[in-house]
Amino acid sequence: MSGAGAEPTVLRVAIDRKVYHPASAEPVEAVRGLAFAVRSGEIVCLIGPSGAGKSTTLRILLGLDPDYEGRVEPDPRTDSARPGMVFQEPRLLPWRTVEQNVRLAMPRARRGRDLDALFAHLGLAPWRGRYPGALSLGMQRRVALARALADEPRLLVLDEPFVSLDDAAAASLRGLVVETVDRLGMSVLMVTHNVAEAIAVADRLLLLSARPASLVAEVTLDRPRQVRDRAWAEATRAGLAAAHPGVIAE
Amino acid sequence: MNLLTRLVSVAVLVAAWQAAAQAAGSRLLPAPLAVATFIAEEAARGDLFHNVGVTLLRVGVSFGLAMALGVLLGVALGRAKALNLALDTPLLVVLNTPALVITVLAYIWVGLNETAAILAVVLNKLPNVAVIVREGARELDPGLEEMARTYRFDRRTWIAHVLVPQLQPYVVAAARSGLSLAWKIVLVIELLGRPDGVGFAINFYFVQSTNVAAILGYSIVFMSVMIAIDILILQRLQAHVRRWR
Repeated sequence: MSGAGAEPTVLRVAIDRKVYHPASAEPVEAVRGLAFAVRSGEIVCLIGPSGAGKSTTLRILLGLDPDYEGRVEPDPRTDSARPGMVFQEPRLLPWRTVEQNVRLAMPRARRGRDLDALFAHLGLAPWRGRYPGALSLGMQRRVALARALADEPRLLVLDEPFVSLDDAAAASLRGLVVETVDRLGMSVLMVTHNVAEAIAVADRLLLLSARPASLVAEVTLDRPRQVRDRAWAEATRAGLAAAHPGVIAE
Repeated sequence: MNLLTRLVSVAVLVAAWQAAAQAAGSRLLPAPLAVATFIAEEAARGDLFHNVGVTLLRVGVSFGLAMALGVLLGVALGRAKALNLALDTPLLVVLNTPALVITVLAYIWVGLNETAAILAVVLNKLPNVAVIVREGARELDPGLEEMARTYRFDRRTWIAHVLVPQLQPYVVAAARSGLSLAWKIVLVIELLGRPDGVGFAINFYFVQSTNVAAILGYSIVFMSVMIAIDILILQRLQAHVRRWR
């Protein structure tokens, strides 16, 4: 899981330029010359200041925004393999049960498959028949994660998946994500502004500049996740902050 | 407790009516019993059921047509900006044309027949439905749209599980406000150009003998039917579409 470079690539992004044209204002350049790849089985964290174009980048690689210069491989608009996406807000259908929310996001042919293990693993088994409104935000995020994992994608994309959760809920959800993707051999691309969180889980950090977003640095974290302790995390963070003061605060 | 409050409120209303009728002592303000007697006699003759049935049928058909077309139009307007711009003015014109004018013109242009009557109700009601549903179609949650696109929801799934549930509250609201509007318009249309129905009967008793007991009797019976429909069908429907809240 160290991202040594030998594993095949599951996603290759090269955004030359992305410009927004607001109706009544100057054009805004959100991304300029941002290129990176995600290899099989690795966890990559995209870190940058807020408003830096991280969400724009995600929307482009999900195929939600075709208006940009550059390319994404595999092309999200033609590729049948969709990445599993966990949005910042859970974005569940409040009028459908937990189970329906998970199944409806799968291709029709596979909707009937057995999901008992998935629900049990995520601690959602007792909640399958409930509506999302009856669940806490932490549980709703688990449902969103179940929805993303249900079709067993090669790539899981997470947009600030642990914000607004208390520390315990964030830690347990983070543990679930890491454990699940390791077990299934999935790749993860996670957007976050929480550096400590990224240092705890990532194989590789991609540091973005302020708008227009471009790649400032790429940092490989070699130490296996299980043996990352507090001292190591603090030291890593301090080192990053010293090297990239514009991206990572002290 | 709720039921009791309602019953007491009805009882007070009837008592006040009785007192006013006694004080007036006039044929133009008959007592509750006189109205009840008329209802019983009219029912025994069979006229009551015929007229109420005919009116109910007209309300049902025109209400159904107006709801179906209005929902389709509303969704189209809410989703397509160009169409909305093109149709906004005509919609405003129809919305602000008095029901009476639409009715008279329908009878003049289409003829004094059932088609004209139904057409007039539909034209009166449809813009209201379309405008309410248009709001719903405009307010679709953009986050859910992105989610649906990310997970490649097919058209059928999107309509059934994303679009329709978001429109349901608007459609039910349009139905509830629309049903009372529809039956009020149907009475006017019957009064103006139909040989049967509650509107016709009320006009008949007014012109023939200023029989207020008859007018009140028909009005109360039909009102009761419509309130029953609202409580037994529409309110339950509303509770059903809100069950997830």
